[in-house]
Amino acid sequence: MKTETSAVDIDRNKGNFSYDVAHAYDAGTGLSEKTIHYISDVKEDPDWVREFRLKALKTFLEKPMPTHWASKDLEAIDFDKIRYYLSGGTQAKRTWEEVPEDVKRTFERLGIPEQERKFLAGVEAQFDSEAVYSNIKKAVGEQGVIFVGSTEGLKNHPDIFRKWFGKVIPIGDNKFSALNSAVFSGGSFIYVPPGVKVKHPLQAYFRINAENFGQFERTLIICDEGSELTYMEGCTAPKFNTATLHSAVVELIALKGAKLQYITVQNWSENVFNLVTKRGIAHEDAEVKWIDCNIGSRLTMKYPGVIMKGRKARGEVLSIALANNGQHQDTGAKMIHAADETTSNIISKSISVGTGRATYRGLVNVPKHLKNCKNNTECDALLINSTSRTDTYPAITVRGTGNAVQHEASVSQVSAEQIFYMQQRGLTEAQAMSLSVNGFVNDLVRQFPMEYSVELKRLIELEMEGSVG
Amino acid sequence: MLSRRNASLRQNWKKISAFHAKRGTRGKIDNYSENEAQTVPILTRKSAESAYILGSPFFMNVLSVDNLHVTIADKKIVRGLTLSVPRGEVHAIMGPNGSGKSTLAKVLAGHPDYLVTQGKVTMDGDNLLELDPDERARRGLFLAFQYPSEIPGVTIANFLRAAVQARLPEGEELEATDYYAKLYEKMELLGMDRSFTSRSVNEGFSGGEKKRTEILQLAMLEPKYAVLDETDSGLDIDALKTVAHGVNKMRGPNIGILLITHYQRLLNYIIPDHVHVMVAGSIVRSGRKELALELEERGYDWAREESHEMAVK
Repeated sequence: MKTETSAVDIDRNKGNFSYDVAHAYDAGTGLSEKTIHYISDVKEDPDWVREFRLKALKTFLEKPMPTHWASKDLEAIDFDKIRYYLSGGTQAKRTWEEVPEDVKRTFERLGIPEQERKFLAGVEAQFDSEAVYSNIKKAVGEQGVIFVGSTEGLKNHPDIFRKWFGKVIPIGDNKFSALNSAVFSGGSFIYVPPGVKVKHPLQAYFRINAENFGQFERTLIICDEGSELTYMEGCTAPKFNTATLHSAVVELIALKGAKLQYITVQNWSENVFNLVTKRGIAHEDAEVKWIDCNIGSRLTMKYPGVIMKGRKARGEVLSIALANNGQHQDTGAKMIHAADETTSNIISKSISVGTGRATYRGLVNVPKHLKNCKNNTECDALLINSTSRTDTYPAITVRGTGNAVQHEASVSQVSAEQIFYMQQRGLTEAQAMSLSVNGFVNDLVRQFPMEYSVELKRLIELEMEGSVG
Repeated sequence: MLSRRNASLRQNWKKISAFHAKRGTRGKIDNYSENEAQTVPILTRKSAESAYILGSPFFMNVLSVDNLHVTIADKKIVRGLTLSVPRGEVHAIMGPNGSGKSTLAKVLAGHPDYLVTQGKVTMDGDNLLELDPDERARRGLFLAFQYPSEIPGVTIANFLRAAVQARLPEGEELEATDYYAKLYEKMELLGMDRSFTSRSVNEGFSGGEKKRTEILQLAMLEPKYAVLDETDSGLDIDALKTVAHGVNKMRGPNIGILLITHYQRLLNYIIPDHVHVMVAGSIVRSGRKELALELEERGYDWAREESHEMAVK
């Protein structure tokens, strides 16, 4: 594997380091009402949030693990051994210089300040539980765009925050959304005023630095009527010996005519349980698009969804999952049609390498009373080795007349002849593999913003390099 | 080990020398005595270069197959095949179906399904059999496949770029403008439209398009030795002429070409220096280009009988 990398790329080894950081606030291990009160006290939560958390804790404890349909591996999570809140303080810094030296080191090594200078309209960096740095370019801020950590959003913009918070994904949606609702901290809060088109993407960077830690960020994005936004998130964690938990909740609201694009490139180390709930609501003529790239982690369960609430709303999920040795990528999409003339599109590509396993779960629902709704689903799986595994569970319910649905699925394998052919042209086996894999995802990656498609290509190369001979 | 290799190389040279002396076509060779040859230590590239300076590029600049035996799943396919293709020459191997021609091509390229049970293959003095397929390719061996693989989603431009890049020293980056200039030039030579570069490698290509793409790769990668496996199959006469034109443009002192074909037709357009007839896994007859015509007239049965007679002897 590579040991040296340039500053702006994010690769697995790049994230594989940790520094000892003294945390001023530490909720200790285990989860109880005491933990909730500790978090609420530190964060100076208003009463309604404290109550929301306590209610969520109850729901979390009541709900069984979803192992009747999902992986039994979930049982390996020991909730009593996890640390639920760690921070150096709740105030995010506005200039890079103010960020504490030990934390700054981490992000500089990951290339965050460079990224910001290069092409972002704003960046937020979260270190364990809280945002440590949050900055939005002046011009964008002057347009009335709010981009802060969720703790600050709750404090300084309570009206907008409370109006939308927990509305797209209720506490009891699933066990892990309940867990997040109980102990959430950090994540982004974004509001884009009517008609404002944010030209450059906003980005958040999530970093787990402590062992046995659970990161529970909560992101809430509201695009007001006719506005446009692209948001990108990246995640890393070092390789610890024990499992680490990442359980985020992301809620998106696109009001009439708004366009919201949410891009994730995840590159977790291989012992992270990544159990994330992501959903958006698209009002009339609005569009919510998820671009989701899942690389790394021990188990990822994530099914970004769009509820098309208004007429002519559009929902889209483009996802790529790469399951390497010992990893399970259980991903997919949910499309809920709730108005006439709504259209949704799902394109999912997965690659299984070695003993890796990729699972696609799709839910498409078009009720009887709707007219002229359309869904297109394509899911393609690529198997690299004979030990690789892929499963597809599409659940498509389309009722009524005048609605159209189209579903295509394929499973292919990189053949020995194909690899030999490429080797005969001078490519090593690993190069040949990564070229095949990149070819497989190519038509999808072409739709990604340039910076991310380049990064993704590199990540795939690194994964394939490590998987051959 | 060192001396053994040295000895075998010398032996090899003797064979090559004898091969050409018999024909009396290679003045250069005739001027060398065996003793002179033995005084040249043929071990390293460096010594090869000095041999070149002395006016004899011959020891190293040859793709040499010596008494090669190959099996696949315990079935003997190639039985004691010996052949030398020096750079600057075009050799054709003709043979009926099942004679082991394509197996030879794949073994030279290092296909993992075939087992070499005996014999040697060297390229410019290097033992080819101990190298991985990609290493052979980077050192200058090219195989134009009879049935090229499809690579979905990878464009011809990107694929060839990766292949050209793989030949550069580490840390050196291919200049995009130079690359495309060269690519377009070669495509023009082969009568290919530029839009071709954005199509996925061989995906949905007609037989002719596939073969043309193989020759495009040959032209771009500029190997030292090229093996063309049934490049004429599936081509109509116009496509055949274009492909032959491309190959003829490549001919020169820096490349040795081995054409593998079932029919004489291709050899009307790419005139070989030497023709070998392969039957039942070994070469039964070698000659000048006229041999191809003789073979066309008399058929493979004639060659087969020859082979039988040889076996009886």
